[in-house]
Amino acid sequence: MTSDHMVDAASHPAQPGIAETAEERVSYLRAGHTLGSWLFTSDHKRIAILYFISVTFFFFVGGAAATLMRADLLTPQADLLSDEGYNRAFTLHGVIMVWFFLIPSIPNTFGNFLVPLMIGARDLAFPRLNLLSWYIYMLGGLFTIYVLIAGGVDTGWTFYTPLSSMFANGNVVLAATAVFIVGFSSILTGLNFIVTIHKLRAPGMTWGRLPLFIWSLYATSLILVLATPILSVTLALIAAERLFGIGVFNPSLGGDPLLYQHLFWFYSHPAVYIMVLPALGVVSELVAAAARKPVFGYQFVAGSSIAIAAIGFLVWGHHMFVAGQSAYASAIFSFLSLAVAVPSGIKVYNWTATLYKGQISLDPPFLFAMSFIGLFVVGGLTGVILAMLAVDVHVHDTYFVVAHFHYIMVGGTVSAYFGALHYWWPKIIGRRYSLAWGRLSAALIFLGFNLTFFPQFLLGYLGMPRRYHVYPPEFQVLHVLSTAGASILGVAYLLPFTYLFYSMRYGKPAGANPWEATGLEWSIPSPPPKHNFAERPTVTRAPYDYTIEYEESDD
Amino acid sequence: MNGFLSLWPDRASAYAAQLDTLLAGFTVVIVLLSAPVFILIVVFAIKYRRGRPANRKHPVTRNVWLEISWSIVPFVLMLCFYVWATKLFFDLHHPPADALEIDVVAKQWMWKFQHPGGQREINELHVPIDQPVRLTMASQDVIHSLYIPALRMKQDVVPGRYTDMWFKAGKPGTYLLTCAEFCGTQHARMGGHLIAMSQADYARWLEASTTDLTLAAQGAELFRSRGCSGCHGPSATVHAPNLAGIYGKPVPLEDGQVVTANDQYIRDSILLPQQQIAAGYPHIMPSFQNVLGEDDVLKLIAYIKSLSDTGEGSPNREGASK
Repeated sequence: MTSDHMVDAASHPAQPGIAETAEERVSYLRAGHTLGSWLFTSDHKRIAILYFISVTFFFFVGGAAATLMRADLLTPQADLLSDEGYNRAFTLHGVIMVWFFLIPSIPNTFGNFLVPLMIGARDLAFPRLNLLSWYIYMLGGLFTIYVLIAGGVDTGWTFYTPLSSMFANGNVVLAATAVFIVGFSSILTGLNFIVTIHKLRAPGMTWGRLPLFIWSLYATSLILVLATPILSVTLALIAAERLFGIGVFNPSLGGDPLLYQHLFWFYSHPAVYIMVLPALGVVSELVAAAARKPVFGYQFVAGSSIAIAAIGFLVWGHHMFVAGQSAYASAIFSFLSLAVAVPSGIKVYNWTATLYKGQISLDPPFLFAMSFIGLFVVGGLTGVILAMLAVDVHVHDTYFVVAHFHYIMVGGTVSAYFGALHYWWPKIIGRRYSLAWGRLSAALIFLGFNLTFFPQFLLGYLGMPRRYHVYPPEFQVLHVLSTAGASILGVAYLLPFTYLFYSMRYGKPAGANPWEATGLEWSIPSPPPKHNFAERPTVTRAPYDYTIEYEESDD
Repeated sequence: MNGFLSLWPDRASAYAAQLDTLLAGFTVVIVLLSAPVFILIVVFAIKYRRGRPANRKHPVTRNVWLEISWSIVPFVLMLCFYVWATKLFFDLHHPPADALEIDVVAKQWMWKFQHPGGQREINELHVPIDQPVRLTMASQDVIHSLYIPALRMKQDVVPGRYTDMWFKAGKPGTYLLTCAEFCGTQHARMGGHLIAMSQADYARWLEASTTDLTLAAQGAELFRSRGCSGCHGPSATVHAPNLAGIYGKPVPLEDGQVVTANDQYIRDSILLPQQQIAAGYPHIMPSFQNVLGEDDVLKLIAYIKSLSDTGEGSPNREGASK
């Protein structure tokens, strides 16, 4: 059945819920109905759902902080938030969105759900460690919620010293503890994925046949395991300086504030790739399914994920061009930052080539994928602008940077997250959702996003510093545009949760493979049975082996 | 600076114009590099829309040469701009020797400026046009960042070390000056203005705001009142280095290293004296960390510098300290 035959469930509102299907009765969703059967599950699919609920919660908490900020920025004066209130709002927005939404978003929800299904495994290598990882995440999350209730923290998500270690008034140590804790969740998940991908691939699932999403998660997991411990150590040092006055970063105690920045960005730049690599993997899957064609240049696309992960460790100094580091070091970091753009460029050009002579569908997941490509290109190329030394001297720490990383993180990762949600939802839940509403959401998110963040490039070049809530009046028009866009974006982000929720009861059964896609996950019923595969699959074909037309076939 | 909506920032220097040219050129290149992606996605989505008849025979699924070329060509194009941008950046790190020296002290949440003639101002910086100005910057507390958009320049001001920045304003005017690095509660209010004036106006302004003492003379005053002269003065009985003529000279340390007596070394010797001990002297210098502010230290440095300037054939004048 093609997607054109999908019935728009929303057009029959009076229709009672569709009865449970045979597939659902034996699926993982019905394997236990008690709360305990969810909270103590070791099934990767159920843990994925636990993560989905928790990261979605934090996405809206972080979004609420953003809403307050955008509302306050409507006028040049401080009329909604105090100075302190605004500082706390953007700090929580950053901390929550980075560590409690973006980093776990795709890997821990779709990665957890799909890694075993895509490689033909029964579960992850360490199912109980997987559950532990969720509990650690929730513990970190509880600390964050406590920080929020206790009055917040005012250092920015970057916790720069000596502001954070000696001067800030907020709950710095608690917030650092929350991030410290959640780091262990990242490390365990990364470890679990690496071992699973190495050891549990089905017979015939060679490295050259791995779906590109698995390649990108593999690259992500390497970064999670190698970089996160640096962050943990760094946060512990902040706590040591703040609590016990041990001089590490504070110059009046003999420390060095730039040391902190080196340590922080040595983690946090690779962390950017933790956030975006899984999204790149999702888009590779979606583009192939949208075009019904093999991904153009599989080896280059797979290899570029590993290249991004590797080079991504060597570019942290581009956050410090005006921080006082040596000009020669800056020149090297600038060069390496251009180099890391090359593998990203390869992916974008290869996706475009994949569409050539495809059978292109414009169903919701594919619209999200295409808007991802557009926004990621803008985000990536403005990143290259920022890598240019002299230009960065002007736009560093302005709205230009804010716009740039929101194009990557929100335009990129969040679009891919919604694309993945719309693509795999019929597999996860077993029901179809309204395609019309899905298309509308994709279009609204794209529009709202651009209206919110494009004006910020202009603001940045005009000289509007970030983390300011009072500003010169000539910046107001652009801020009003941005806030207008943000209100569209806010509604557009809520929309999918209504029709997806609705589809759980009223949606038509999805069938095993509603998109007629390749990949092992589509070979089993939707929703998948508790034990995934009835018998262990054997892989004999290349990935994305869609039928393509040759010489004598007719159109 | 004025008006309801501006789409391009003010330009206060020739450097700003150069940077705008660089950015405009680079923007053209990245639009050319990305246009095929945007156009082809739309064209393909229409032409090869599912269900629509089109020639779909012989789709290619890989072409290594094509892939290599679209990896290498954009990279080479970008390298040209890399060279250009890096050259501009290195110019920013080489102030001319004849620059007017102004000291900047940042603290939560204000900017303090000290002119060589002893004039001091807060949140306003008066400079002459067509004359290179070099700022030596220190922070009293956290990291700040002096940002003047009309000059397309910023530099972080880091506690514990001096950073510097130089520029040559080309157009008289009042330009925004802000803090770009988040520095605590009133970060968004830590700003002021750069006031670029014709040289004649600047001379008049200096005249009108003149204090009794130049910066170096204020430093000399501190040198006596804080007791520095008790040990470092010509008639001192305590065994301490004589500071006359020391500025810019190599200083052998106890551990065998040799450092240059530049601004940073003198500052550290005053505030963290136990860190680097000059060879042959006892460890008796007390720390002035809680006694002297960064602005006082800058005055003392101006004084010590002036001791070299008066000496015969002083080899190091302004600009040699970095």
